[in-house]
Amino acid sequence: MKLARVGFAITVVSFVLLAGVYVRAFAFTPIEAAQGPAQKIFYIHMPAAVWTEIAVILLGIAGIFFLFLKDKRLDRFAEASAEVGTALGAVVLGTGPIWGKTVWGTWWAWEPRLTLFLLLFLLLVGYLILRGAVTDDVLRPRYAAVLGICCMIVVPFVHLSVYMFRGLHPDPVVIKPSRPSLPPEMLLTLGLSFAVFTLLYIGFVAQRVALARLREESGHA
Amino acid sequence: MSDLWRDAWTLARKDLLIEYRSRTAFLSAAVFTVLVLLVFVFGRDPTAVAAVDLAPSALWVTFTFAAMLALNRAFQLELENQAFDGLLLSPASRWSLFLGKLVGNLVFVGSIEALGLPLFVLFFNVSLGTSLFPLIGVLALATVGFVAVGTLFSAMAIRTRFAELMLPVLLLPFVLPPLMWAAQATTALLAARPLSEIRGSLYFLAAYDIVFVTVSILLFPFLVEE
Amino acid sequence: MLRAESLRHAFGAARALDDVSFTLTAGRTLVVFGPNGAGKTTLLRVLAGLIKPQAGAVYLEGGRSAVGWIGHHAHLYGHLTVLENLQFWGALYGLRRVEAERRAVDVLTRLGLADRAGQVVRTLSRGQLQRAAIARALIHDPAVLLLDEPFTGLDLAAAAEFRHLLAELAGRGRVLVMATHNVEEGVELATDVAFQLAGRFVRLEPRGGRGAAAIAEDYRRTVTGV
Repeated sequence: MKLARVGFAITVVSFVLLAGVYVRAFAFTPIEAAQGPAQKIFYIHMPAAVWTEIAVILLGIAGIFFLFLKDKRLDRFAEASAEVGTALGAVVLGTGPIWGKTVWGTWWAWEPRLTLFLLLFLLLVGYLILRGAVTDDVLRPRYAAVLGICCMIVVPFVHLSVYMFRGLHPDPVVIKPSRPSLPPEMLLTLGLSFAVFTLLYIGFVAQRVALARLREESGHA
Repeated sequence: MSDLWRDAWTLARKDLLIEYRSRTAFLSAAVFTVLVLLVFVFGRDPTAVAAVDLAPSALWVTFTFAAMLALNRAFQLELENQAFDGLLLSPASRWSLFLGKLVGNLVFVGSIEALGLPLFVLFFNVSLGTSLFPLIGVLALATVGFVAVGTLFSAMAIRTRFAELMLPVLLLPFVLPPLMWAAQATTALLAARPLSEIRGSLYFLAAYDIVFVTVSILLFPFLVEE
Repeated sequence: MLRAESLRHAFGAARALDDVSFTLTAGRTLVVFGPNGAGKTTLLRVLAGLIKPQAGAVYLEGGRSAVGWIGHHAHLYGHLTVLENLQFWGALYGLRRVEAERRAVDVLTRLGLADRAGQVVRTLSRGQLQRAAIARALIHDPAVLLLDEPFTGLDLAAAAEFRHLLAELAGRGRVLVMATHNVEEGVELATDVAFQLAGRFVRLEPRGGRGAAAIAEDYRRTVTGV
């Protein structure tokens, strides 16, 4: 089916591009002074983190539209977005400690950004668990939409509360009020990586939505 | 507008009357509260950890879990008596149905807290003095937000297979922000810090409450319409 | 006054309502016959306002306050007494406390349950529970009564008594809509008769003095196509 093939193509292309980004990251981007080569994990870690959070926000937006428009496609999109978001969140929570161990000497620390992503991950997992636990086909999308909206709304509150745990995580170097303080080569690599992750997200979601449609048509849920 | 509150109160009163008659849920939650507090007391190594350091965690963990036991009760009641359709048939609006359950839950959880707080003071030997009222304020603010979201989620949880487990799984990530603010404020209050230090946490708690009470009321009708 | 216009509603592929229309003025009783799955319950739920139909509209004078429902569930809370239940439902329908109590006593007396007013619902016998459920449906004096297979589980004596009660209620200018799969059960009460098959009203006509046997024969012929 067309969507699945397009999605698959996009995914393959993005993985190739991701490899390309990493070649660039290692061969053509300078090594960061304070952190050494381990810093290069940043090029995966940060775009994955941004997209995890975007996935949660999209969950809420899709939910709002679904409650009013009742279009099943919005629900399929929300489900796909949640699954991809969870996978990306796992990447963040996986690469974070690896980076942490090499740079700070500790696998985990209770500091703002890691805690934030742990909570985002738990929100997404909770969403998927609810979807799995509701057997009624009419109730499931509605309940999921309501939960998705609540998840989106709680995100700013989570941001506000985790800042109590100040500490080890490097301060923002890109997303902050003044100009990004990364040197141009690093910024470019990061930008490329971010673009690739965007493609990756689209590719995965497209395939997942196609899968959901196929399942529905063949009679499963 | 007055209909909204009048119907909500009619519902809440009915729930509380039923609870008073059957009493099992309240007693279980009360006993649970005492037991969890005891776990904290006996789980502590007195030489390593001072009571006052453990106190805020003990308070909030206890109340969080005891409250979660109570939340499913509100809608479970309707399911057991198969009366929910009757409520939907009545002229009461869906908002007042939710509000009624929310008020009932608040009274229930509030009673558990009213029971647990003196025990907490006793077991952990905390001297409250002038911080009693601010502490009650923090307790109230944190409880309202938590119970609002919890009431909304329990309406969904009771329709799943493992309702008792589903509610905590869904609710806990939502409870962590108010929990963090409440714990910070409690620690400050127990250390007799000036009230100005906790003002930030109080504002955040209040904002959370306003947002989530509103959102819960607005979203509830979507859960029950057919 | 109750009017249905081109009601359509489907659950997935199953058509529960297929272009159903009718108008009933005060004093008329419509009995809807049909096999299980014909959509009779869905029709009642749409008329009551529990389901919003996918197409078409319902006009019911007085809104939800004017509707009484008698169905498979009693909509009574087991831990409360009969009187407390009636007071609760009365309050939801806008009755003041004193008024609700007066009406409750009134309707309980008519149903022969006056001495059970203070009894907890859990302890009522099956027949008493049924009568209490009817009392609950009538407490707010609804202008429209919707009955979903109300004779289920009633023995011959109780059924006769119930028929007598319905005749009394119908005669007072109310609109009654009753769904049943058993022709014997209420056909004498009907002023209008409908046969519903797969969501459609294949016949909708005044009863015109026909008795149970004649209607049963008509029904059989319509269903088997012979």
